[in-house]
Parts: sequence; C-alpha cells; structure tokens
Amino acid sequence: MANGVFSSSRAQISEKTLRTDKWWLQPLITFSVLVSFIIYATFRAFENGNYFVEPLISPFYSPCLSTECVQGASLLGTPFGIIHIFGMTLSPALIILIFPLGFRMTCYYYRKAYYRAFWFSPPACAVAEPKEKYTGETRFPLLFQNAHRWFFYAGLVFNVLLTVDAILAFRNPEKQWGHLSVGTLVLLANATFLWLYSLSCHTCRHTVGGRLRNFSKHPLRYKAWTLVSVLNHKHQNFAWISLFGVAFADFYVRQVATGAFTNFYFF
Amino acid sequence: MARKLKLRIWRGDSTSGGLKDVTVDVNEGEVVLDVIHRVQAEQMGDLAVRWNCKAGKCGSCSMEINGKPRLACMTQCASFDEDETITITPLRAFPVIKDLVTDVSFNYKKAMEIPAFEPPVGMKPGEPRMEQIDVERSQEFRKCIECFLCQNTCHVIRDHEENKKSFAGPRFFIRIAELDMHPLDILRNRKKTAQEEHGLGLCNITKCCTEVCPEHIRITDNAIIPMKERVVDQKYDPVRWLGSKIRKREGIL
Ligand code: SF4
Ligand code: SF4
Ligand code: FES
Ligand code: FES
Repeated sequence: MANGVFSSSRAQISEKTLRTDKWWLQPLITFSVLVSFIIYATFRAFENGNYFVEPLISPFYSPCLSTECVQGASLLGTPFGIIHIFGMTLSPALIILIFPLGFRMTCYYYRKAYYRAFWFSPPACAVAEPKEKYTGETRFPLLFQNAHRWFFYAGLVFNVLLTVDAILAFRNPEKQWGHLSVGTLVLLANATFLWLYSLSCHTCRHTVGGRLRNFSKHPLRYKAWTLVSVLNHKHQNFAWISLFGVAFADFYVRQVATGAFTNFYFF
Repeated sequence: MARKLKLRIWRGDSTSGGLKDVTVDVNEGEVVLDVIHRVQAEQMGDLAVRWNCKAGKCGSCSMEINGKPRLACMTQCASFDEDETITITPLRAFPVIKDLVTDVSFNYKKAMEIPAFEPPVGMKPGEPRMEQIDVERSQEFRKCIECFLCQNTCHVIRDHEENKKSFAGPRFFIRIAELDMHPLDILRNRKKTAQEEHGLGLCNITKCCTEVCPEHIRITDNAIIPMKERVVDQKYDPVRWLGSKIRKREGIL
C-alpha cells in the first residue's frame, strides 16, 4: 500500500525526492569514514599486539586489564585472566571495548549520523526513506539509546585514564621523567579531544544545568551550562576530531611498537 | 533587467495532478513568490497559492522548491542558475487541497492536545516577576512563525502516515520544551506525556526540522534533546528508578 509521500491524500508526485543538490554526498562520506574506522579498529582490537612501547600505550588497549597484557602496560592491575573464546585468546582491547563503543553508539550526534547513513532513516531531509515501518526510539533495541548517560559517566573515567597515559608519556623509555616526544604530543592531543567530546556532550549539558527550571537560583550551574552550551554547539566537530584522534594515536603507537617509526624526542 | 525563468509548478487537487512547465519574466531582487504571482496574473489565473506577509513572518507561503521545504517569499530567484528549471510543489507531508495549497489542520489538532501554561494557584495576571536568564531558553522557541516546514520535513510523519495519530512533531516539541522549562509552569507531567502521548520517542534526532526552520530555531539541540534527557531523568534513569521503588516499598512516597 502506498504510504508516506505517496499516500493517496498527498499531491501526486512520482519522485521520492525532487531535490537537485547532492543530498547523497553527506551520508556517503559519513558511511565511508565510519566503515573505514570500524575496519581499522576491528583489525587493531583483534591484533592483540603492538599496543605498548614504553612509555606509550594505545588508547584502544588502555586500561589493559588482563594477564594477557604485555609487561608494563597494565596501570590498574590485571583483574582478568586470559580468556579464551572458541579457542581464540580474547584481546584485552575487547574487554573494555563496550564502554567507548557504547558511548559513541548512543551519542546523540552519532545517532543522527548513522540513522541517516546506514539506516536511511531518512537518508537526507525530504528524501523518502525506503522502509515501510518506523517506530523510532520507542522500543527495544533503540529504546536502549536512553542509556547514553551511563556511558557518558564511564567515558569520563576513560578520559581520566587516557590523560594519565598522556602524563606518563612525559618519560623516556627508561622511565625517567621530564622528557617530551612526538608520542607525548599525540597522546596529549588524543586526551584533549576526548575531553572536548565529553564536555560538549548533550548529556553533560543537561547534567550541569540543562535540567534546571530556574537558572537565576543556580548562578554557578548557569555559568557552567553556558560554557558547555558553547562547546555543545561544536559537538559534531569534536565527535569526528576525537574519532580521528583515537585512531591516529593508536596508529602512531603501533608504528613505534613495530619499529616502523622512531618516537622522536625533543628533549 | 528582466530575464526568463523556467518553472515547473505542480497543478492539481486531491484526486489527480502533475507538474506543468511555464516560463516567466523575473526582475532583479525578486523572490520565488513574486514569480508565482506573475504566473498567476499572466498565465494561470486559477493557480492556488497561500501567502500573506511576503516578509518571512506569517508562515503561510511554505512549499517545496527543488524538493526543499522553504518559504517562497524568502527564496531569492537569483540563488538559482540561469538555465535551471525550478520545480515548485505543495508540501508533501500534508493532504493537498489545490495546487500549492495543502491542508495543515493536522498541526492545529496537535496544538490543541498540549495543555496550556498553568500558573501557580492564586497567581494573578501581571503578578509574575521573572529574570531574563530564566526565560531566555523559552524565548528562542517563541520565534516560531508556524510555517510548519519542520512538521512537513519530519520523516516520522512525512514518510509514515500512520504515525500522525501518535506524533505531535517538532513544532510542538518546542512548545512542550518551552513550557517544561518555564519557571512558573506547575504542570509536572509534561515530560511523561511528551514521551507517552506526543511521541517524543519516535523522533530519532536526525535534525531535518532544524535544517529547514526559517527562524533558525535549534529545534533538535535546544528542545528535543533536552526533552529526551528530561524524560530519561524520569523514566530511564536506573538510579532514580531504584530509589523510587525503595521509597514506595518503605512507604515514604
Ligand atoms: S529531529 Fe526528530 S522531530 Fe526533527 S525532523 Fe528529525 S525526527 Fe523529526
Ligand atoms: S519551528 Fe521553525 S520550521 Fe517549525 S513551524 Fe516554527 S518557524 Fe516553522
Ligand atoms: S551526545 Fe554525543 S557524546 Fe553525548
Ligand atoms: S508570505 Fe508570509 S512567510 Fe512568506
């Protein structure tokens, strides 16, 4: 049965959209970038190697929580033993993966991005979506998007840990303090981008002040809300920058670990 | 200096219709509504089009221009290439009445379903005093000119007729947000009804409403997402949920 823009009461037009601009370009870019990231991240998460080289650790493997972790990589100890699934050793990256993955999957911005680019729901504005039925975020599994704030809190813990990793990178391979290498800058940039991503989050904006009715009664929270609102305006940018940041930090550590790059020390 | 503009205008009614080609003069500085009026005056005397202010403030001239929901009086002819054919159709989410005029009564029905502002008991008109920072957020939403372009673009109802009964739409989410953020409104169930009666959960925050709003109201970021977060506060926050269960059991609530 004809539905949507083809319903019998609507103006009879046979095209799904009459847009003449390149409306398909944005979803195509989003799709390609996200798929590339997923492929790279999957490869790295399963590689289970080349993620630590004193004093640098890849953000994909931090915190490294299993006895499988290479020596020196486990800042918080190793509460997990070696886990085998179908005869394969579980990479330490997979143990913590759910947190950053869940955070980004339930992020309001990424939701928009993948609903459009992967689900075509809708592919672009005023372009008819292909699916007949639509229930939005009203039922399982998409109802689960409402758990975003729990991943947000977990994300803050990760930001602290990755900041610690960046600080630890102010050492040389002999663990002496007071050195600065390209790797230090890479990890610092990664941590900074992640903080900007978290601080600009819609849940953050809501938590610091958005849920109030009377700003005048909470001047400090109003101030915080105002600041976070400024960042929030750029949340989309921070979402992408921090994604590239994480991938690049991991790539850099991998290259140093394999010996392809030498981690240049400024001092 | 007049030049020629090629148009394809949808003509028809609820039973049939199609795109008709016309060529019309266009002068410098003219908007699409101007040339539609010229077509009406010179070539299609019975062309139906709704308009009022020609200043982007009444919200009457909403239509789709090259597939994009826009105000005809705010769309410059100069923004199109000289050899481009501009396609003009009525809004595609609402029933068509004739030519470029649609029946937007859906929106008036939805407006009536939202309970009005409820002041504190005993407060008389003229009495309330509020600080600017407390009403700022609501003021953004008061800029709405009710053009219903957002409603028309929203895929929840544009692409799914059956959702119309359970979905109020972005224009009314900003209304609900305005009231829920109002320091003096005493109706406390707006979040719950937003989710359970007005279909807030159907919105998947894909932001088309924000993209088309001629008043540049940040509908998704400033109204819908904050409302979704407020709903989470009440309905999906495990800590709160557990707390309320315990309090109920202990007879505190
Ligand atoms: S953001 Fe929500 S309300 Fe706005 S157009 Fe998209 S689905 Fe509709
Ligand atoms: S919110 Fe914007 S797009 Fe929607 S009716 Fe109001 S002015 Fe029009
Ligand atoms: S909204 Fe994107 S991280 Fe919270
Ligand atoms: S005629 Fe009033 S908004 Fe266009």
